[in-house]
Amino acid sequence: MPRPTSPSIPEKEFLVSAIQQSLRLDGRPLTTLREPQLIFGSELGWVECVMGKTRVLAAIDAKMVKPAADRPYEGMINIHSEISPMASSEYEQGRTSDEEVTITRMLDKVLRRSDALDKESLCVVAGQRVWSLRLTIQFLSDGGNMLDCACLAGIVALRHFRKPEVDVEGEEVTIHSPESRAPLPLAIHHTPICFTFALFSFPTTQTGSTAAPLISTLPSGSFSTHQTYALLDPDLLEETLAHGTLSIALNAQSELCVLQKMGGVPLDQAKVVRLVELAVEKAKELEIFIERSLKEDWAGRGLEVI
Amino acid sequence: MGSRVEILNPGGYRSDGRKQYELRSMDITLGSTSSSSSTVVHDLQNAMAHPHPTAPDGRAHIAHGLTEATAQVFGPREAQMRRDAIHDRANINVQVVMLPFSGGASSRRRGRGDKRLLELAAAIKSTFEPVIQTGLYPRSQIDIIVEIHQQDGGVLQAAINAATLALVDAGVALYDQVVAVSAGLHSTAVLLDLTHYEENDCPHLTVGVMPRSGKVTLLNMESRLHVSRFEHVFSVACEAAKIIKGEMGNTIGQRTESLVSAMAQGEPTYGRTAAADDMMDEI
Repeated sequence: MPRPTSPSIPEKEFLVSAIQQSLRLDGRPLTTLREPQLIFGSELGWVECVMGKTRVLAAIDAKMVKPAADRPYEGMINIHSEISPMASSEYEQGRTSDEEVTITRMLDKVLRRSDALDKESLCVVAGQRVWSLRLTIQFLSDGGNMLDCACLAGIVALRHFRKPEVDVEGEEVTIHSPESRAPLPLAIHHTPICFTFALFSFPTTQTGSTAAPLISTLPSGSFSTHQTYALLDPDLLEETLAHGTLSIALNAQSELCVLQKMGGVPLDQAKVVRLVELAVEKAKELEIFIERSLKEDWAGRGLEVI
Repeated sequence: MGSRVEILNPGGYRSDGRKQYELRSMDITLGSTSSSSSTVVHDLQNAMAHPHPTAPDGRAHIAHGLTEATAQVFGPREAQMRRDAIHDRANINVQVVMLPFSGGASSRRRGRGDKRLLELAAAIKSTFEPVIQTGLYPRSQIDIIVEIHQQDGGVLQAAINAATLALVDAGVALYDQVVAVSAGLHSTAVLLDLTHYEENDCPHLTVGVMPRSGKVTLLNMESRLHVSRFEHVFSVACEAAKIIKGEMGNTIGQRTESLVSAMAQGEPTYGRTAAADDMMDEI
């Protein structure tokens, strides 16, 4: 397998010197998201999320299954995500890259383990019939920060999805088609949203520039004299050159769901707390955006909606 | 599962008799020269389980209460596959093995491709990449193998601490050590170093701190916690890391002293005879 081409030295130098002046190549301030865009498909629970050049598609389908023996009252949700070569030529079919492991695990934590979805509400007949949801996440294009984009697509798909209404008479289960009875939304406790910061750390130099250490891909030294920059929602180049990342998943009620910083640049305690506070603000903004997009979509659908 | 067990009783004691801020007892063994017979058994197992022909260059066993982990460091040595060699720094390989009898959340056998193990390995790798002075070992490879022997909460914490100690034991140049500790919150009370029961019931996080600069290099939280509470838990955990660092420092000191005294025992006899010979020559 050929190694993915790394960015050229001039590219690195340009990005680094821009960041040191708190500038980004696409003109955003350091702590601004790329404007997310949600495209809803004709089916319910089909959402494409676009952030800059990153595109992720999330789709949900539901079927009825027998519940697990040890959890007769709980429905199931399975998340399937695989990064195919469609996203970028860096990924190979059938081979799990490190990135894929990180993203899959993170999606699992953010969407499933954070109890966003009430699994007991998916139960139809205890021990006999429950809904099993399958959330498929397709990465269409890798323009950096696929994780945040996938989380957003996933959670919006869950909120967009409607399950058919069901009648139970004795042992008989009737599933009503959406034409005869309005389908029901899933019971969702909260809306976790993920934010990723790319961290850059450069030694503070009193005497002009020292080009050599700046362009290295790994930060080093004791970090006590380093200046750290955190870039919200990194694009592809920023992501590849970053010295570390910090992912924060939280909901609009300021409850942290997942915090993940796996090594990389060390941060001050105060800096971590500052970034968390920043994420709180962003989560509130994004929650309003999600509400608005969902409402607009329903208005355009002309369906009876609960 | 843990609903019958009181996490923190009105007297301020936890289910295992610890106070709120009390850490579990730590037991550290550095190097493979331990006299305990169990270590020898592990050695045999390792020799069979891993294809490495030589003994590890560094090795550490750490126990946080009932959670036990062993880390072995091989290298810096020549990269086994040439395509893994990086021309200006060392390549770090991490493998995490969870022994099938280690118990914990799920005692089912975990294969090599298990996502959780891969994630743990990735976390350890990216934690130590900036900490090891990789620039000193160009075109070489450092393997870190972490085995989880027993799980009772704080697996990540034990794995990171064991890896730090093994790296120190191997004599790999580090900028700083990484010390990890877990902390959780029970209603409003911060608890340190959680057991498995407590992890199930409380929101908890693991932090990895570099004690020299006091900066946070690893941060992992997977349960819901309100932002206003987070800051407190976080700062208590960072404080607690200093205690663990002290404990680890002591062990490293003792190990170094015993190594130095072992060298001193060998050398003076050699030195003395040489000096005596010289004197003999002069006479």
